[in-house]
Formats: sequence, structure tokens, C-alpha cells
Amino acid sequence: MSDKSLSPDVPAARSAGKTSAWHRSSLARALFSLALVLTLGVMFPAEGAFFRLGTHQGAWRQASVVGILACGLLPVILAGGIDLSVGSVLGLSAVVAAKLSIHAGEPGWLSVLLVLVMGAVCGAASGSVVAFARVQPFVATLAMMVFARGLAKMASGGTKVATAVPGPDGVLRYVEVPPLFRALDAPVLGGRVAAVTLVFLAIAAIVGFLCARHRLGRYLYAVGGNEEAARLSGVPVRATKILAYVICGVCAAVAGICQAAQEQQGDPEAGVSYELTAIAMVVIGGTSLKGGRGGMGLTLLGVLTIGYLDKILSINAVPEASRLMLTGAIVIVAAVAQKNS
Amino acid sequence: MEHITKRFGRATVLDGVSLDLHAGEVHALLGENGAGKSTLLKILAGVHTDHGGSIFLDGRLVRPRSPAHAGALGIAVIHQELSLLPALSIAENLFVERPLGRLGWIDRRRERASAARILGEVGLELDPDMLVEGLSLPERQLVEVARALGRGARVLIMDEPTSALAGPAIDRLFELVSGLRARGVAVVYVSHRMEEIERIADRLTVLRDGRVVGSARVGEVPLDQVVAWMLGPRSLAAEELPRPAPAREERLSVEAFSVDSVAFERPLVDRVSFVVFAGEIVGLFGLSDAGAGELLLGLSGALGARARAKEVRISSVPVRMGSPREARALGVAFVPADRKSMGLVPGMTAEHNGTLVTLPSLSPLGLLRPARERRAALGMAADVGLRPEALAMDAATLSGGNQQKVVLGKWLLDEPRLLLCDEPTRGVDVGAKAEIHAKLRALAARGAAVLVAGSDAREIAALADRVLVLRRGRIAAEVARAEATPAALLALAMGHDEGRA
Repeated sequence: MSDKSLSPDVPAARSAGKTSAWHRSSLARALFSLALVLTLGVMFPAEGAFFRLGTHQGAWRQASVVGILACGLLPVILAGGIDLSVGSVLGLSAVVAAKLSIHAGEPGWLSVLLVLVMGAVCGAASGSVVAFARVQPFVATLAMMVFARGLAKMASGGTKVATAVPGPDGVLRYVEVPPLFRALDAPVLGGRVAAVTLVFLAIAAIVGFLCARHRLGRYLYAVGGNEEAARLSGVPVRATKILAYVICGVCAAVAGICQAAQEQQGDPEAGVSYELTAIAMVVIGGTSLKGGRGGMGLTLLGVLTIGYLDKILSINAVPEASRLMLTGAIVIVAAVAQKNS
Repeated sequence: MEHITKRFGRATVLDGVSLDLHAGEVHALLGENGAGKSTLLKILAGVHTDHGGSIFLDGRLVRPRSPAHAGALGIAVIHQELSLLPALSIAENLFVERPLGRLGWIDRRRERASAARILGEVGLELDPDMLVEGLSLPERQLVEVARALGRGARVLIMDEPTSALAGPAIDRLFELVSGLRARGVAVVYVSHRMEEIERIADRLTVLRDGRVVGSARVGEVPLDQVVAWMLGPRSLAAEELPRPAPAREERLSVEAFSVDSVAFERPLVDRVSFVVFAGEIVGLFGLSDAGAGELLLGLSGALGARARAKEVRISSVPVRMGSPREARALGVAFVPADRKSMGLVPGMTAEHNGTLVTLPSLSPLGLLRPARERRAALGMAADVGLRPEALAMDAATLSGGNQQKVVLGKWLLDEPRLLLCDEPTRGVDVGAKAEIHAKLRALAARGAAVLVAGSDAREIAALADRVLVLRRGRIAAEVARAEATPAALLALAMGHDEGRA
């Protein structure tokens, strides 16, 4: 054996796990996808619109809400699961946030706290069904998706929760947009960045840190990579799964508050089909739906790829029908490229 | 049947094996794991097609291109893992490859009538419309035989068909095999149980390292000779290594330990009791379905409620190990036999795999400490003889030997009091094998109790201070180190069952 007579002083490769061949090639592919989309923007700048700062600010701003959902999905997908309920939980959160801060006039911090707890409860419910009842994640979260949408409609009475509040006599009275919503919708840093974009980046940083530098993150990769090996190594598999869904639920709640702030209302129909866009973002980045492979860096690239694609198509006034078809085609191309890594 | 010869090219899994199967004869095929039995049978069944040599069927040169083609030629396999479709009826299963009917429309009445006739031939009085999932295991096995016959099989390969069965079902199966023989079917019967071979087989052939090392009529060779063929001349004596006598401090005590089976009619492990002392390596020797591996799995907590015992004590304290986490908390480590599916997380580096067990102590407050983790991983690598550069590699890309070192190493970092090690060196090269053996001995010398399960007689004889030989889930014999030669162990494991359950 050539393995013998080695001392532990020999320096090992510097950053084990970060620079695996798989990770490098995935990163290259994700960067390539983004570069491709940006090239599209340069080729079709829509009379220079692509080169204006406002366009980029808008692209980031519009990608932020779904991007937050994608950040939340990452831990679930790393652990080998999926969460289809994020769009519905977003809608529910938007409604409840609007109810609390517009109708009930609760202070912003309390509204946020309550909505986040609700998102966590939704995630814990999905996660427990997956972990304890061993229901397939697809089915468990599909059920949550339908349930949360129903709850959103019940809580809102089927209408948008807006600043026009019906009084006891049926006459609409207009109330102020609550400070929480105004703050979240305001441009910051000298008007160059939308506040929601900062929220998105903060969420990405927190979840990214959890995945890369926290024990929970390591367990997510272990459970997604080989659940049985993880279990036999003493990894708390159930707790890991449930926590992944809780993180996802909390992110969906944050996204819901941001959505309500942007629309200045709580729409029970908000976030329909967002889960699919968010999953596409994660997958385009190169995170494997089979679990165990991927990361936040890749997910951010995926969010930007889809965000910019959408923006470039819209500034070029591509009709929505063609836009959807083109997006579908590009998702497939990127997914196939990632798969062959 | 005439003359079957096969060769593999350079890989030499099979090295010029010739086997004659005669119509109306049951031919037993024996050999240790890796001797080439399954490769040979897969070639015959059309699973492997890239082989040298030639196969003659009734004097005609044939070359099975696929399992379907082999079936059409009249070669059928009854697998250990039954291959019926549980949600379909018996009749549908019998004709699933070639449904009766025209233009793709299935003639159910004809299928049902044919199915009833074929079932009668194997002595199964069942309604062809019954769903397979409602059948007992022996019934399913008979349906599988019926399916082979329905396709006109003239060569039937049975791979350890009695593994899952209890006494009466075995008798029924043997009646069926006798009937097949009378009908002129050539049966290849893979087994390691001499009692069965003596009852049912006409001839036996032993494979070792891809060669035929012996062939004889059953009854004309004693068990000792068969064992000698299987093991080869290399190491009939136990490898002599001075070992300190273990202290008589009880580490693990197991009373009436059983493991229930999901699929089998009988428990995989059946009320087994034994004691392991600190500083001792105890071997659990058993061939394929003896239950040695399942016993370790059960003790590791991995099987949850399927493993039951009257009492399990660790260091004389009664314990409950309902999950691997609970077992780990008690100082129990488990190195599984199948490192791909149970030992390693692919996609994760060897370093992260290596620290997976001890991660809680390496990440205070949940925060990963890369430097600390690196130190632990380097210590592990040095301990088990792994190149430090290998730590940065995806564990799935390592060689079998290095993978096994990682799986063993991650548990050694946890300093277990009891190490359960299933097939410690399966598929591992010679050098790594010696290092892993040395590691296990060193661990025992430091005072841990080590329980090693396996089906490699040489390995168990070389490693263990004491060997428990298992047969069909029961301890058949306890052998002290001095008597534990590979030949003695194998003879005990293959020997006659005294009284079946």
C-alpha cells in the first residue's frame, strides 16, 4: 500500500468540500447560464433600456420575493425533499400581514413576528408529516399548498385586504399604508436598491451561512446524500428534515410580508405558481433535486438568471405567451446542462 | 444439455469454467462469496453478454443476449429476490412478458385457463385471479417456478431458494424440484447447505476464484473435501497471532435476541444469546442467510422495533437501543457491510464523511469549526492509514479500501466501547485488508469489545478470539480460537440442521 507512513502534518487540500470537482463544474455551468442570459440582454437592449441602472434595480427587485422563496427551498431540496406549499404560504402570510398591520393596526414588529411564527408552523406541519408519517414530500406539501391557500381565502374573506377598509355601515374608509409596508417598499442606499432586495440578500446570507457553516447544514447534505448512512451515523434525520421545512416556511412568510408591502395589500391569490419559479431557480443554479448537492452560491446565480431573463423579455415587450414558452425552454436547457455534470 | 464453457476476458472473474448440465439432473453449485457463481449464472441468464467461451444447449451453440432471450431459449432463473409484480394477479404475472391474445389485446379467459393448468403442474391450488401481494412467500416462489415452466424452461436456475422458507415449505419445494427432474428439466441449484444438497442434488460443482476446483456425484465426496475445495490449499490453518487473553469483564450480553423479517417466513435471527467481553474480538460466522449481518444491524439499533430481545446489557447495565442514535450514546459503533448504501454519503468529501459521527463535539453551539474538523480528520486518516489528500475527495470516488477506512475511521474517532463490524473487508484490496484487521485488533487491545460478522471463513478465523457459527438465524456452535480453522468454521456453517423451526 502506498497509503502508509504518513504523518498528520502533511497539509491536506486547502478547502475540502468547497472545491470538489462537482462543485467547480456546477458553478461554471451556473455562471454560463447567467452569462448567456445577460448576453441576450446586450444583444437585445430594447433601445438602451438594458444599460440603464433602473432596469437592473427593477430586475433585482422583481426577483427578490421569489428569490426569498428559493432561499427557503434550498435547505429542503438539499435534504432530498421538496416544498410545493411556498407560494400558498406566501399568499397566506401576505393576507395575515395585511390584516394585522392595516386592519388591526398592530405595530410592525408584532405583525412580522406573528407572521413568521405562522410560516414556521406551516413548515413544521409539512416537515412532521414527511419525517414521522413518511409521506412523500411532494404529496405532503401539495396538501399544505391547497390547505394554506384555503386558509388565506378564509382569513381574507375572499377579497384583497387593502387600505380601503369597509366600515360597519358597508362604506369604504381609506386608512394609511402602515409604516412597515412603506419601509419595505422604499428604495434605500440613495434610491439605488429596493428594500426587499436587501431583505432577499439578508435571507440569502443567513440561509447560506446555515447551510455552509452550521452543523444543521452538514446534516442537510448528509440526509440528502444518503439518508440511511446519515441515520446509521447518528444524525438526527427527522429533526433535520423538520428544521429544513421550518426554514422554508419562515422564508415563505418573509416573502409574503414583502409581497404585501409591494402591493400595499394582502391578496389571497398572491404567489400562485411562485413555487414552480422558485424551484426552477434552485435547479437552474445546479442544486440537485435528488438532494445532497448544491448550495446558496449556485441558488443566487439561479435567481439572477431567471430574474434577468424575465426582465429582458419584458423590456423587449415580448408578449406574455411567448415569454412563458421561452422561459420554459431555457429552464430545460439549463437543467439538462446541469444534469450532465 | 451439452457442455457449457465461459470465459471472461482480462477481468477473469471466471477463468475457463466448464459446466455440464444434464437433463433430469439437479446440479448443485457451491462457492464462497466472489467465487464467480453469480457471474456464471448471469451469463447463462443473459444478464452479462460480454463473455468468452461458448454455451451449448442441446448441442446447439447459443448466446443469450438478454434475460428475455435466455427465457425464450428455455433458461429461467428463480431469484433470491423474487421478481413478481405484486399488484398484478397470478395469471397476469405468468404471462406478463408475452400476454396471450391478439394484436395487443389480452385474452383474459385464455390466460386464466392456461394459468390454472400451469399452477396445477407445480401443485399450487390457487385462483389465478388472486393478486400476488396476497400470497405467502413460498407460494410466490412456486408461482415463480410456474412462470418459468409456463415459458417452457428446460434449464432452471435456483439461487438459494430455501433461504426464506420454513420447514414444510422446504419439503414442498423439494417435491417440486423432484418433479422437475422427472420431467427432464436441468436444475442448477445454488446453495451452501449440505443437508439440502444431499437431499436434492445429483451432482455438485465447487467454484473458487473463478475456476472449477472440484466436481463429483453427491454422496461420493465427504463434506471435508467440499470444504477444502471451497477454501483452497492456501490457508487451512488459522493464522497464528499471539493475542493477550481478554479480561473477563462483560461488555455486551444478549439474551434471546431476535430479528423479525419483513419478507421471510422465519425470523432472520432467532432467540440468540451470547456474551462478549471487553478486549475480545468475537466472530459471527454464517453464510449468506444465516443472519450474522442482521444480528449486528439489530444490535446497532438500525432495525428499530424489528429487533427484539429479552435483555441486552452493556457493561452489565440493561439498555435499550431503539435507534442508531441511542446506540451511539451508549458507546456502540456500527460499520455496515454495504458501505455504498449504508456507510458513506456520496457527494460529501471523505473528511466530512469522517467527521459525521463526532460532528456534535466538533461544532460547539452548532457552528462548524473547519480547523478543528480538519485536525480530527487528519488524525483519523493517520489512524486508519488514509492519505491526507484523499480527505478532500468525494468519498464516492475513493477505492473500496479507502472507503472502508473512512467508514471505520469515523467510528474510531468516537472511541466506541463496542464495535459492531459487518463484513469488515468485503471488496477491499489485500493491503487495506491487513490494515483494517490490524486496526480492529488494536481497538480490542485498548479494551473495546469487537463483534465481527462475516461469511469469509478465513477472515473470521484470522481475526476472532472466539467464533459463534450461525445457521438459519441460530447459533449452531461456539468455537474457541484454537479450533477455529477456516475449514472447521465452514464445515459447521454448512453442516446439517439439527431440528428445523
